[in-house]
Amino acid sequence: MAEIVATNQTILVVGGGISGMTAALEAAECGKQVILVEKNPTVGGRVSQLYRYFPKLCHPTCGMEINLKRLRANKNVRLMTMTEVTGVSGDAGNYSVSLKINPRFVNENCTTCGACGEAVDVQFDDEHNYGLGQRKGAYLPHAMAYPQRYVIDPRIIGTADADKAKSACPVNAIDLNMKGESAKLTVGAIIWATGWRPFDANKIQPYGYDRIANVITSVEFERLADPHGPTGGKILRPSDNKEAKNIAFIQCAGSRDRNYLKHCSRICCMASLKQSTYVREKFGDEGKASIYYIDIRAIDRIDDFHQMVKNDPNVTFVKSKVARIDEDKSTGNPVLHGVNTEGYQRYANPHDLVVLAVGMEPSVPVGDFPIKVTVNEHGFIEQDESNGAIFAAGCSSDALDVNRAVQSATASALRAIQVVNRAAGMEG
Amino acid sequence: MSANTAVVERYRNSFLKEVEANVEEGQWVKMCMQCGVCSGSCPLGPAWDHPPQEIFMMIRAGKRDEVLTSSSMWMCTSCYNCIVRCPRELPITHIMHGLANYAHRLGIAPKNQPTRKFAKLFWDNLSKKGRVNELKLGIALYFMNGLVSGIKTALKMAPLGINMVKTKRMSPMEYFGGHGIKDTKGLHAILKKAREIEAAKMQKF
Ligand SMILES: Cc1cc2nc3c(=O)[nH]c(=O)nc-3n(C[C@H](O)[C@H](O)[C@H](O)COP(=O)(O)OP(=O)(O)OC[C@H]3O[C@@H](n4cnc5c(N)ncnc54)[C@H](O)[C@@H]3O)c2cc1C
Ligand code: SF4
Ligand code: SF4
Repeated sequence: MAEIVATNQTILVVGGGISGMTAALEAAECGKQVILVEKNPTVGGRVSQLYRYFPKLCHPTCGMEINLKRLRANKNVRLMTMTEVTGVSGDAGNYSVSLKINPRFVNENCTTCGACGEAVDVQFDDEHNYGLGQRKGAYLPHAMAYPQRYVIDPRIIGTADADKAKSACPVNAIDLNMKGESAKLTVGAIIWATGWRPFDANKIQPYGYDRIANVITSVEFERLADPHGPTGGKILRPSDNKEAKNIAFIQCAGSRDRNYLKHCSRICCMASLKQSTYVREKFGDEGKASIYYIDIRAIDRIDDFHQMVKNDPNVTFVKSKVARIDEDKSTGNPVLHGVNTEGYQRYANPHDLVVLAVGMEPSVPVGDFPIKVTVNEHGFIEQDESNGAIFAAGCSSDALDVNRAVQSATASALRAIQVVNRAAGMEG
Repeated sequence: MSANTAVVERYRNSFLKEVEANVEEGQWVKMCMQCGVCSGSCPLGPAWDHPPQEIFMMIRAGKRDEVLTSSSMWMCTSCYNCIVRCPRELPITHIMHGLANYAHRLGIAPKNQPTRKFAKLFWDNLSKKGRVNELKLGIALYFMNGLVSGIKTALKMAPLGINMVKTKRMSPMEYFGGHGIKDTKGLHAILKKAREIEAAKMQKF
């Protein structure tokens, strides 16, 4: 059992995405003790898988960098990666939490020299690239990963590759006998920031994501555009690695649909508008984007971005929910079928590549919470008294963009601080 | 009518309410969000003057005559593609049949629309004796488009008919009266009553 110092004045933050990091740092910078638990080997969450952020189109590095700096500088946060919460019991001000810590097989000595990665032969689908590329069995999750430390994939333990990695390491950082651990701790409040996951596009049968190579999702498209991604930032389509210059974006793929997710995922209109700028950035006047939509929901000040994209003559807006996609076998082009509701013309439009703007759903399904929490009909955590001192931050509370996720994280940090203050009898 | 009321009449939009009250599943029409997926999904789509989503918009815009005299909803083959895909779960197929039936009852459905003609033949045939008389229905169908094409079709189909008679799947005696249920009078009374109940439910707009 691992020793972790925590009391009922400690705040536990579950999930180290932009929301969890923000909540942890806001509380820690107010002098509170925080334990930040992340199930992956690195913090950053899904933001680190974006190529650029709307609305300013900066790279995620700039937002992350400052948070990592704050994290490194703050003694009040204890970060635990590769860790999951397995049980929670108790009430506001006094929760007992069980954790499971998975072995990384690499200790603090690691200098990220990469020798182990080079020594290992076996490759696995790269989670960071949504499986679009492969990575080695000894790997750094991505360039911005924090902590900057390699990981040995547990699937190579006991194979020759594991031994190769170990002997390649010049600083003796690899410990193949590292074991998983469990831990128990007491905390006063819990901030739940486990974020979202993309809706499973395979379920949208008429769009053929499971059958047509050149139908991909919006999260995969972010990876294609990213210079650190599987294609080195070139927009190459999966079937033949040709440049995809004529790209269709299908909005509400799985959202606002009683057959799939009932809610509007809120960010995907903006995400596609943003991604249309990637097409123009990469291909100039040869890049063409067509956005098929029911209505564009770029809310308040973000509508300026919408207007900017609308003024681009190479971006076409088609007011239509696409009925179905089939594949032109000779070219590999997906062909979109439907009716343009502005004028009721039927279309059968071929494109080089189709991007499904998939919806957001909570990453932790209702039944998987370690303690009973009240969620709304879409599975997002409610701000509800029955939840005691368990507060949702970011996309575990709703489908949000980064700006709103961070606001929500700050709010949940304030709520948690009030609880631990009460526990400390400090309330005036 | 004053000039003013005439203008009001012109813009009066009670058609949506009328559809909600008098058309089967009509209360769903207002739920449509005009995404167009039903229109794009219909295998007969190109044959429609106004695909379902346009019909729903026309209802809301009060285009009563254009909707009810349209042949569009008669094109529906009940394949259910649209229902399966509609993000708002509208029972589109049923609404189409509801609209068609309503237009028919008002006597303004297009007279020569083939689906309507067939539906009427089928219903008249069935309601007479409580059983479908296949021989009479078949013959009526052959002659649906006039005498000449009727004779041509009848000759073409004759070998099939003879085979059916030979294998006792059909009796030529059906032409004279034909089989039915025991209590045809009772059936007619039930249908009459049903019609009365439906007529009483019909609201005026
Ligand atoms: C295609 C696309 C493009 C987007 N582009 C933009 C954009 O340009 N600008 C913008 O503002 N927003 C954008 N967004 C939205 C943005 O991704 C989210 O707002 C952001 O990821 C929310 O962060 P989060 O921390 O709430 O959740 P996440 O990023 O999902 O982070 C959750 C973290 O919790 C961890 N976790 C999950 N479960 C557990 C568990 N059980 N135990 C421990 N840890 C766990 C995860 O590993 C992850 O690190 C985009 C979204 C999509 C789909
Ligand atoms: S944000 Fe846009 S694409 Fe996403 S669900 Fe809402 S309307 Fe559809
Ligand atoms: S599919 Fe449903 S919501 Fe969409 S236009 Fe048709 S009836 Fe309306």
